[in-house]
Amino acid sequence: MTDTHTCLTAKDFTSNQEPKWCPGCGDFSVLQQLKAAMADLCLKTEEVVVVSGIGCSSRLPYYINTYGVHGIHGRAMAMASGLKAARPDLSVWVGTGDGDALSIGGNHYIHTVRRNLDLNVVLFNNEIYGLTKGQYSPTSKVGLRTVTSPSGVVDHPINTIALTLGAGGTFVARVMDRDGKMMKEIFKRAHAHKGTSIVEIYQNCPIFNDGAFGPFTDKERKADTTLFLEQGQPLVFGANGSKGIRLDGFKPTVIDLEKSGVSKEDLWIHDENDLIKANILSRFFDDPNTTEAFLPRPFGIFYVEDRFTYEQALDAQIDKAQEKGEGTLEELLAGPSTWTIN
Amino acid sequence: MSDTAILNKNDMVISKTSVSVLFAGDSGDGMQLTGTQFANTVAVYGSDLNTFPNFPSEIRPPAGTVAGVSGFQLQFGTTGVYTPGAKFDVMIAMNAAALKANLNNLHHGGIIIADSEGFDAKNLNLSGYGEANNPLEDGTLNDYTVFKIPVISLTRKALADTGLSIKIIDRCKNMFVLGVLYWLYSLPLETTIETLQSKFKNKQDIADANIKAVKAGYNFGDETEMFSQHGRFCVAPAQKKGGVYRRVTGNEASAIGLAAAAKKAGLKLFLGSYPITPASEILQTLAGLKKWGVKTFQAEDEIAGVLTSIGAAYGGALAATNTSGPGLALKTEGMGLAVILEIPLVIINVMRGGPSTGLPTKPEQSDLLMAMYGRHGEAPMPVIAAMSPVDCFYAAYEAAKIAVEYMTPVLCLTDGYLALSSEPMLVPSPDELASITPVFSPERKADDPPYLPYKRDERCVRPWGIPGTPGLEHRIGGLEKQHETGNVSHDPENHALMTRLRAEKVANVADIIPDLTLDNGPEKGDLLVLGWGSTYGAIKKAVEQAREGGLDVAHAHLRYINPFPKNLGAMLGNYKKVLIPENNCGQLLSMIRDKFLIEPVGFSKVQGLPFNEMEIEAKITDILKEL
Ligand SMILES: Cc1ncc(C[n+]2csc(CCOP(=O)(O)OP(=O)(O)O)c2C)c(N)n1
Ligand code: SF4
Ligand SMILES: [Mg+2]
Repeated sequence: MTDTHTCLTAKDFTSNQEPKWCPGCGDFSVLQQLKAAMADLCLKTEEVVVVSGIGCSSRLPYYINTYGVHGIHGRAMAMASGLKAARPDLSVWVGTGDGDALSIGGNHYIHTVRRNLDLNVVLFNNEIYGLTKGQYSPTSKVGLRTVTSPSGVVDHPINTIALTLGAGGTFVARVMDRDGKMMKEIFKRAHAHKGTSIVEIYQNCPIFNDGAFGPFTDKERKADTTLFLEQGQPLVFGANGSKGIRLDGFKPTVIDLEKSGVSKEDLWIHDENDLIKANILSRFFDDPNTTEAFLPRPFGIFYVEDRFTYEQALDAQIDKAQEKGEGTLEELLAGPSTWTIN
Repeated sequence: MSDTAILNKNDMVISKTSVSVLFAGDSGDGMQLTGTQFANTVAVYGSDLNTFPNFPSEIRPPAGTVAGVSGFQLQFGTTGVYTPGAKFDVMIAMNAAALKANLNNLHHGGIIIADSEGFDAKNLNLSGYGEANNPLEDGTLNDYTVFKIPVISLTRKALADTGLSIKIIDRCKNMFVLGVLYWLYSLPLETTIETLQSKFKNKQDIADANIKAVKAGYNFGDETEMFSQHGRFCVAPAQKKGGVYRRVTGNEASAIGLAAAAKKAGLKLFLGSYPITPASEILQTLAGLKKWGVKTFQAEDEIAGVLTSIGAAYGGALAATNTSGPGLALKTEGMGLAVILEIPLVIINVMRGGPSTGLPTKPEQSDLLMAMYGRHGEAPMPVIAAMSPVDCFYAAYEAAKIAVEYMTPVLCLTDGYLALSSEPMLVPSPDELASITPVFSPERKADDPPYLPYKRDERCVRPWGIPGTPGLEHRIGGLEKQHETGNVSHDPENHALMTRLRAEKVANVADIIPDLTLDNGPEKGDLLVLGWGSTYGAIKKAVEQAREGGLDVAHAHLRYINPFPKNLGAMLGNYKKVLIPENNCGQLLSMIRDKFLIEPVGFSKVQGLPFNEMEIEAKITDILKEL
């Protein structure tokens, strides 16, 4: 920020509406970190717009004291795209759920990602439809019993990170609702990134899908099931950093650092600008509950790419067309060829 | 070549007030281009003019077959040109298939100019006539005046000394035919020569060859004995209002109307859209207007088309989206959002035959009730319908004005017939266009009272507070709003109030729309023909003719369908009967019956074809007989 207004606090970003989420809902943490990130970024309330679809998570705009539009189910990305294309000067954030973004809005999702407008997308993934009371979602695990899958879900879930990379995403990250500090830092990185930033949040819904992310949050298991990505650092996990990931060709292998004698320098070093590695990382998607030899689930920033944004390219075309001045209304009305009748 | 030079010759010249011409040939014969050249010539000459292209529905249909025939129809004249003509007076048939496909629309006794070399055995077989049945020879055309011209041979002969390849020379054959037609209608060659010069600026040899071909065709008219017993024709220019003219199709006019509205309002135009026949040219035209700051966004589907536009409108742009029936169906939820958000948005729906994919390339007026009622919940929206290609400009412009000044989505209806038809447009000067005044809420200081995004003015219109303005931060959405604050509210009384206020706001648009005026006929009488949309030309002509025949009939044409003009009810009451011709099964009719409790006579045509004046005149005659 170049101007010198005094930065606002997270409290200044709090609206006068009480959040209507259930007690214990993971959405609260996201709201808190988002407001904190906006304060840290020294954003002004009038330059921010939060756009959402429909769902519990899509209530987000009402609780942030900026501009906000709560749209219709699945279309948040489209609405945000039009806003950003028309008003590149604004800081546009999208709040969307797994159903909103990946089911009804799946088409808008992939096209928004590939167009790379400068949007910051907060994707609340609770692997369930919260607002409509507990039907399974496109990210629900196979076998999950819900009101619409009393015998268990039969459809294969979407892997958000792999889908996003496949669609040409330029900023792809995942974070858990309870990792507040990390979430805030990722939001700040997402804001700094010029392009569509996707931040998938593993968000617990204590009412309809409690413990969906248990394998990654349970005290006893989380050291072995989670992997935190840090730029330039080796992929290390496990209790006391006792394990690591090494790439054998294209095959990631879990290394026991204590027994194998492999040093950390020989492990896979995280490079968030490497698309091939990001693609492999995105496939660390085993369910520790059902897979014996699982790879840990990565959290953090998978991939970042510096690519021109849609609105920059569009504005450049307009600037070029207006090199010799903007067209006048007279010229517009007359068009390319006229004749005169006396 | 001046008019007088032509008329000084000793030919027999028959004067006509209007002529309808069809250029028909194989898709590869350049008929659209030839027709366009002819249209430009008569336009500059000062004629009234209306054109309509008729493309094959496939992109690359088999050459020489009826499916591959491409046509360009136009009517030009001194007066009374409101349509491309119900039937043609003259038909250019570049091959046998072109004749076969169109003969039933040629007036009895009409003129056929046939390229006799397009009637060889191969073409006759492909056309379905069969090589043994050449219609040019076997008496099929005895009721017509037929000019058989060996066009390719004559073109080759004329261009023999150009040194160009046969392939390129043969491509000039349509210019030869054009030249013949210019001779036949005593028209000047200048416009075409100028166009060819500038079109082939960097290919002088091609320009020269084409020009030579036009002149050769013209001279052929002069020299051949073929025409001498029939003479040639002259169609005097129209008594047109003086000024600068351009030619527009309905789709071009719609696009320019939106862009002009944005300029006039001092807003940036944003169009979110997804290609669909016959609406795509609006997106295409606007995509080319970057010099005017227009932003177009080709979305992934129509839902994203309308939603990106809603986002842009929230950001303070003049936002629009355009589509045709299937796309309008996809946009309905988005339009409902725009209704409750109360933000300006123009939706242009270019109607085509439905349901489903229906008749994608054929016009119909069957989306009227969908435009009116096709949203869930109580979601009223102003609806405007364009009645001519040029009127597409004004309808789009007015839709934008209403949208911006009443903070509402507005549906603007055109159809596939208007979209592709063209006519001369008197270019308005910027100050002739109605003002468009967006009012953005001003910045607020910390100690100002809180911003009320849904506080309405006396017309029930809410303010437009756009992001970036300090002090107006507010959240809105598709959930019902509390009166004034815009906060989410589930209160029963509030919902009733907001429903009523949204409807009242739309009804209040009637305050700025003009009273309906009669297009023709007496203020009181036996019969009023009430039309809307693209039936204008056919009804106008039919009523003119019926009145010349002494019938007591009047014509009024609705452009504002929601709300109706305030005087509509009173006007309807002045006639014993009201006839409503529509290209649907009676949609305006049910609206009129519903609102005014009268029983109009309906006249539907749902063949994917526009009405012609004969049909309507016959209906008028029938009704008046029974009265
Ligand atoms: C067109 C449409 N279809 C269905 C719904 C019902 N609906 C509202 S939210 C929702 C699912 C929400 O799930 P998700 O996006 O994951 O959000 P969450 O509530 O879990 O945060 C559904 C099916 C709707 N509002 N609109
Ligand atoms: S239903 Fe679940 S996701 Fe929705 S608010 Fe309650 S806890 Fe949160
Ligand atoms: Mg969900």
